[in-house]
Amino acid sequence: MTDSVVAASNPARGPSRVSSWSLLFNNRLAAIGLLLLGALVLVALLAPVLPLPDPNATALAQRLQPLLSEGQLLGTDELGRDILSRLIWGSRVSMTVGFAATLVAAAIGSAIGLLSGYAGGRMDNVMMRGIDMLMAFPYILLALAIVAALGPGLMNALYAIAVVNIPFFARNVRGVTLALSRAEFVDAARLSGKGHLSVLCTELLPNVLPVIVITMSTTAGWMILETAGLSFLGLGAQPPQADLGSMLGAGRAQLFTAPHVSVVPGVMIFLIVISLNVLGDGIRDILDPRLRSGALLRPGPRTAVHPDRTSPKNGNTDAVLNVEALETGFIRNGRYTAAVQEISLHLNPGECLGLIGESGSGKSVTALSIMGLVNSPPGLIRNGAIYLDGEDVLAMPEIRLISCRGSRVAYIFQDPLTTLHPMHPIGRQVEEAIAAHQRLDRQTLRKHSIMLLERVGIPDAGERAKHFPHQLSGGQRQRVGIAMALANDPDVIIADEPTTALDVTVQAQILDLLRDLQKERGMALLFITHDFGVVAEVCDRVAVMKDGVVVETGETQALLSNPQHNYTKRLIACVPEIGQGQDFLNRVSKLFRPEQSV
Amino acid sequence: MNTHAIELRQVTKIFGGGRSLFGGSRHAVKAVDDVSLTLRRGETLAVVGESGSGKSTLARMLVGLEQPTTGDMRIAGHDAVELRRQGARVFGKIVQYVFQDPVASLNPRKTISDILDTPLKLLNGYTQEKRRARMADLLDAVQMPRDTLGRYPHEFSGGQAQRIAIARALAAEAQILILDEPVSALDVSVQAQVLLLLQELKQTLDLSYLFISHDLAVVEAISDRVAVMRSGRLVEEASVETLFKAPQDPYTRQLIGSAPKIRRN
Repeated sequence: MTDSVVAASNPARGPSRVSSWSLLFNNRLAAIGLLLLGALVLVALLAPVLPLPDPNATALAQRLQPLLSEGQLLGTDELGRDILSRLIWGSRVSMTVGFAATLVAAAIGSAIGLLSGYAGGRMDNVMMRGIDMLMAFPYILLALAIVAALGPGLMNALYAIAVVNIPFFARNVRGVTLALSRAEFVDAARLSGKGHLSVLCTELLPNVLPVIVITMSTTAGWMILETAGLSFLGLGAQPPQADLGSMLGAGRAQLFTAPHVSVVPGVMIFLIVISLNVLGDGIRDILDPRLRSGALLRPGPRTAVHPDRTSPKNGNTDAVLNVEALETGFIRNGRYTAAVQEISLHLNPGECLGLIGESGSGKSVTALSIMGLVNSPPGLIRNGAIYLDGEDVLAMPEIRLISCRGSRVAYIFQDPLTTLHPMHPIGRQVEEAIAAHQRLDRQTLRKHSIMLLERVGIPDAGERAKHFPHQLSGGQRQRVGIAMALANDPDVIIADEPTTALDVTVQAQILDLLRDLQKERGMALLFITHDFGVVAEVCDRVAVMKDGVVVETGETQALLSNPQHNYTKRLIACVPEIGQGQDFLNRVSKLFRPEQSV
Repeated sequence: MNTHAIELRQVTKIFGGGRSLFGGSRHAVKAVDDVSLTLRRGETLAVVGESGSGKSTLARMLVGLEQPTTGDMRIAGHDAVELRRQGARVFGKIVQYVFQDPVASLNPRKTISDILDTPLKLLNGYTQEKRRARMADLLDAVQMPRDTLGRYPHEFSGGQAQRIAIARALAAEAQILILDEPVSALDVSVQAQVLLLLQELKQTLDLSYLFISHDLAVVEAISDRVAVMRSGRLVEEASVETLFKAPQDPYTRQLIGSAPKIRRN
């Protein structure tokens, strides 16, 4: 009886976190980028101590020496200056200016983004319109204009590049801040006594930081390129100072006679920028949690089935749907863990089976496995068989499985706002559901869809069919979801917490509707919920799940009034009911604090 | 000593309205419409209603996150406008708030120790030693282990996160707690434990609760009085016994009738 108290005092440790460094080194391209960039930065930093000739010392007698000539590894330029020396000193200048501009742009842009996202309203409007004005000019033109106004020179080039890049940071950071500043933890921090500045700096900034770092890593290379661009045009570094862009510019005149004078700095720019970009992509992959969990992997059309699965015989040939010893799991970091095991359920024609359990008990994985809707990767059906009218779904060819979805087994999901397409009118979405399995002309389609909408209790269905999902209340949206599930007269409907997002009065209406429809059409209903009250209202039989296993199955009334398994007893005792009043707390206190009740 | 923890007199909150840039009038929504309510000291008053009934707006006004358009609010005998003027810290010492989604109400990038430290430092002004001692007490009060402090919110389940959020609200040592659907995001067995915890804390620390919920069964278990809201208006207010035995308003009757029941026996 005390196991959940023990569980409560032992917070489950999350899956061991993979360190960011090891992730970065797993990405081979990013690791190469990091090493290359590290080497380049190191050489540039060591320029003063390396045994290099003076980069500005001219020797006209030695002009335009080719590569690998004696004493000058990379040859000399048109004034006889050592190219290797100029290259290293020049990279030092270019990288310093590029990185400094990145830092300046990041600091100013992020500050603007944070402030305007947090303040909102008029302040946001004014600041963002200012940023829009900056973005309205092609930025190399804007940079040119700024340098033209300030006069050529490295510092002025730095300012110009920083200014034109502020909008990237401001817009990215503002978007994230805007969403975060409505978060409950920001309200909570204010109620804990924090002022606005403190909320901005200690609550929002740490959450926005990954975005800033990502933007920095993806724009730094670009900024070095822009520095080189301005110097190439003679607006950045001034002679005789070496800089990659000005070297390129000076070498342009000798492009045919001595190509190495311009090719060498060009290759250097290429190496710096490519290493930064490759590294930036790697950093983005690491810091973006969605990419980290592999969300960008495109799931296949059906859940993968293990080729060596056990395939038990159909032990219940009367059932319209019979699940035998199903085991579904997920592959994470190359390791398989089962989410549900040994699930055996059957659903007779016209019957409603409730599948009940707390969060994480595997109800939804079970429901999605039936039609192969668990995303693969990472999902895998390891064992078992699923018989739909005696035919094993897991053995069906892909095309046949897809044609069964919607026509023989249909789903109703929890939140119709996320399952309905926001840009299409509801009538058309129901028509689409019908057209997926039946070839009908437009007129008939429309008539069918309006009939369905009427049947699920949408008043004035002909007119309502033209409305968009956001114009409907939550209850009406769920009715549309039900209409779409009914579209092709399926034998089985799987309803995954269809009323959880609804108010109680609306929930009662939707449950009534589902019960009526089920009776009228003789469908079998697999009803997934966490609410014993709802189960008692609609289900004939119930299966109770805990930690991926079915612990008890039985007739609803028998199971609710006389639960056999300890877990079920406990769960039912925890459900407050109208009419019990404060006795409820006395009852659960015996359950959770046995030492006090003795 | 004032016996009223919270007194609302004809409080109305209107969102939107006013003129837009080009002179058209904006759509206005009356989220709370002429509500008068009293929460007595040491009492649990439940505010019940469906989504959009204005119960959360009411709660947010009571902790100063929103301001009423018209009407008076007195909190622990002080005028709310006066309290606001004195600053968020004075307000936070008197009344605290527990959010519906415990995980969203904890900053994902802060350890539990940082989260609990803020109210202890800013609202109570405790020294570092005292803060450390209080944190340990608070964790004991919400029945969480000591090693909770060094961890991050995502390492906890919903029920544990809600315990931490309750500890943060208790840290301010306010006597009045506004609980905005504190158990509706939790599984039933966890919900029962959190309700039990809230009841124990109320008795040991002499707290007053304004308990917002849509679940009538939970409300019946924990509250002394119940106020039913619909579309921003208060439709019925009664002691918990009266309301469930003899509901007066048809809407209240509909709410009670709609709640799914486990028909045992």
